[in-house]
Amino acid sequence: MKTLVIIPAFNEELSIEGVIDDVREHLPAADIIVIDDGSGDSTAALARGKGAPVISLSYNLGIGAAMQTGYKYANARGYDIAFQFDADGQHRGDQFSALLGPLLSGEADICLGSRFREKGMYEAEFARFIGIRILSGTISLLMGQKVTDPTSGFRGANRRVIEFYCSSYPDDYPEPEALILLHRAGFRLVEVPVLMRKRLLGTSSITFIRAFYYMIKVILAIMIDLLKKVPGR
Amino acid sequence: MDIIPLFATAVNLVIFFMVIELVRRNRLKERYSLLWIFASVVMFWFSVSRQSLHFVAGLIGIQYPPSLIFLIGLIFMVLINIHFSTVISELSEKNKTLVQDLALLADRVNEMGSEKK
Repeated sequence: MKTLVIIPAFNEELSIEGVIDDVREHLPAADIIVIDDGSGDSTAALARGKGAPVISLSYNLGIGAAMQTGYKYANARGYDIAFQFDADGQHRGDQFSALLGPLLSGEADICLGSRFREKGMYEAEFARFIGIRILSGTISLLMGQKVTDPTSGFRGANRRVIEFYCSSYPDDYPEPEALILLHRAGFRLVEVPVLMRKRLLGTSSITFIRAFYYMIKVILAIMIDLLKKVPGR
Repeated sequence: MDIIPLFATAVNLVIFFMVIELVRRNRLKERYSLLWIFASVVMFWFSVSRQSLHFVAGLIGIQYPPSLIFLIGLIFMVLINIHFSTVISELSEKNKTLVQDLALLADRVNEMGSEKK
């Protein structure tokens, strides 16, 4: 079972080394690929220094296109499972096993790590929490299954989803939009509870207005997605 | 005679020949010039033919026929702008794929280089 961990990184020089160590410690059998999304700092150099392969994009394409680059890499090299893992240190290496289970058993095509699946696992800022609640309500309704953390970027995909992502991956709000896209294409999602760290480095400056505005934009994007033709599998 | 049709005719001719000249010098691709040429031909027609201007204006209830020329101009502007939006979307999608493929290729080349050493 060839496993890849895709780490998209944009100016994460403070956390990238720790994140690579964390993945190696808990998932030693997996390969790592860092997608440097046009960072202006030493993110790529530090990752290479750790011996991790780095793919550098010519300029900042945005998280969606950076992620898709990772999936194209996974596809070209024949990986069976690909994980997404944030470079800011929010995701925890010791939580991989939770994601791996449903993928290995064949129960899930895509396995989503949720902070909110169980009570008290994660304390989000109030504004962000409300935004995610409304968003997850909308997405649960559209998917006909309970999704509690649609913006979580901690997820694993099997071979079929890797192939699918190569031909279509959303650009604007990729985490929630990808869920709807996969659902419409007939893939099976399983959401599992995971622990996440509070953002250690960098500023999470989500104000109430911002969280609300983000939620509106995502819901609008999803509504527009629903008008699109479902891409073939 | 109203000055507006004369003015509209003149402006139209200028736009028409400007577009033709740009295409001729390869500064504008034919496929992006078609909407412009079509727009100026339609507007030219309504600028010179009073009869059809008054007929169509009457048909859709426009009191002052020359304003039909502006309406048509406006409609074409909207169409051309939407067309541009689709062209830009297509370009940015192609550009994204290009950057991704370039990055993946560069990775392959690096790998082959380090294997040789």
